[in-house]
Amino acid sequence: MNFPLTIILDGLIQASWLFVVALGLTLVFGVLKILNVAHGSFYALGAYIAATAVTIVAAHGLPPVAGFVAMLLSVALVASAIGLLLERGLLKMFYGRDEVVLLLVTYAVFLILEDVTKLVWGVNPIYATQPYELFGNVEFAGLYYVGYDLALIPISAAIGFAVWLGLNRTVIGKIVLAVIHNEEMSVSMGVRVNWVYAAAFAFGILLAALGGALTAPKISMQPGLSSDVIILSFAIVVIGGLGSVEGAAVGAILVGLARAASVHLMPQAELFMIYVIMAAVLVFRPEGLFKRETARRI
Amino acid sequence: MRYASLHPIIAIVPVIAAVTFGRVLPAWTLSLATVAASNALVALGIVILARTGNVSFGQGLFFAAGGYGVALIARAWGVTDAVVQVLLGAACGGLLGVVVGPLIARYSGIFFGMLTLALSMVFYGVLVKTTVLGGSDGFNVGRPSLFGITFADAREADFVLYALSVATTGLAGIAARILFQSEFGLVSLAVRENNLRVEYLGISSRRVIAINFAVAAMLAGASGAFALMAQRHIDPQFAYWTTSGEFVFVAVLAGYQSVVAVFVASLVLELVRSFSNLYMPNTWQLVLGVFLLAVILLLPEGIGSLWSRKSRKKVAPVRVSEMAEKEARS
Repeated sequence: MNFPLTIILDGLIQASWLFVVALGLTLVFGVLKILNVAHGSFYALGAYIAATAVTIVAAHGLPPVAGFVAMLLSVALVASAIGLLLERGLLKMFYGRDEVVLLLVTYAVFLILEDVTKLVWGVNPIYATQPYELFGNVEFAGLYYVGYDLALIPISAAIGFAVWLGLNRTVIGKIVLAVIHNEEMSVSMGVRVNWVYAAAFAFGILLAALGGALTAPKISMQPGLSSDVIILSFAIVVIGGLGSVEGAAVGAILVGLARAASVHLMPQAELFMIYVIMAAVLVFRPEGLFKRETARRI
Repeated sequence: MRYASLHPIIAIVPVIAAVTFGRVLPAWTLSLATVAASNALVALGIVILARTGNVSFGQGLFFAAGGYGVALIARAWGVTDAVVQVLLGAACGGLLGVVVGPLIARYSGIFFGMLTLALSMVFYGVLVKTTVLGGSDGFNVGRPSLFGITFADAREADFVLYALSVATTGLAGIAARILFQSEFGLVSLAVRENNLRVEYLGISSRRVIAINFAVAAMLAGASGAFALMAQRHIDPQFAYWTTSGEFVFVAVLAGYQSVVAVFVASLVLELVRSFSNLYMPNTWQLVLGVFLLAVILLLPEGIGSLWSRKSRKKVAPVRVSEMAEKEARS
């Protein structure tokens, strides 16, 4: 058995879905300057919606491909709608308040969503295994992997690349970057910052839910899903630097590899390995690996 | 502030009244008030620390350190005295705070919060994997005694715990008021306003933050001891981030201005929680979330703003998006 390769592959598989979730978190923070505690709840929501979609498709006797597509489409639609509603209907009322207050508003949303998912989907584990067979089993350098797991790596890489391209090579992306950089200046240049806020929040939620949908076939959905994911994606985003896309990618890979390595080498350290890394990064580079230091006002 | 002219020590009268009032309270309110008073103790620490402009999202670390410290000492040497346990808890939390504080004082804002959160989660991870301490199940401890007297009657034991927690939290509140008015307390405020200027005046703002941090950790440790005595059980959930989140919530609900508000906020939160738990067992988190949103929306300055009006208004920076929103509407 090829041990280092196992760790690397397992780590990358972990990193792939974590990256998608963390990307949403970092975008929301970059634009709205809100650390969204409810982000993990949207991950869970995405996973549950995906499970429902897959179950419906499977009940109609459609092939796994249809299940996969239905899962992604339904999640994208529902999540962005909820994101828009939440930003326009709720978060808007709290802008201008203290950072901590905004954080607690999202904490309240987390509490509410926790119960809403329980009310809708119950407390028993739910499965959505149909798309998991989509890519068959793959033998890779003497190791056997489920094709779906390996497919997650290019899928999330594509998502990350698309987001990077959208941000850096399109007009809309440039506007978003301008708002991230200096919203006051953006407003005076005629940018509708409200719209950017709403769109960025909805897109961030969409990414969280997409991450949930992509993992849904691999896991069993049950209460408590969200609180672990949020803490993982916090760690990733803090490691990479709040608001940075590249940072989220590097952070996700680091966290994924750390988790995989500790699972294989030192299982008892799995839970806190990530926070040790996060604390270490914060000690040496408090602004994260990929964020430029900004001058402060005296 | 209306009562600013009175010395904070005067507040000992309502504290004694609250303790004696416990004699006539029904049994279920006693344990509820105990939890509320003990949570208020942690939130008070957060308020003290917040005066330097930093909010800790990892008070669960010291809460758990106090709880586990007391539980282990109780198990090893049979220390059951409630007062000793509270002091031990405060010592455990405080000691850890003295070690962690200077490291963390270098950071500010969101990084401060994230680093404290990370540390508490590291502790949580260690606790879950430590089988000697019962892993994620934790372990049970015996009923506490007081000055050599053991209380066989459950009602009597509840009252003793209630009295002790209310008295401790009350005294801590009085001490906090004295601290706030002291030179050190005022310097803490100055650190929040502008730490560089404080440095230019020859005061180490890091040391100010570290001392406030240690005080907050000590209070959280003592609270951990109360939680242990109230539940007679401890598990890693003490250090989980949702526990820390609740403490911050109490502090924000109270609104950083008044010490009394911290106790009221903690009591209100505990009441809402237990009533929604009782009547809506499946949706109590939902009720709690809606309640918290309502308070944040309707009482922007916290519960404390209901009775104490600050003469000096803090100038909050207005978000550009907010201005744009107003413009778009007009």
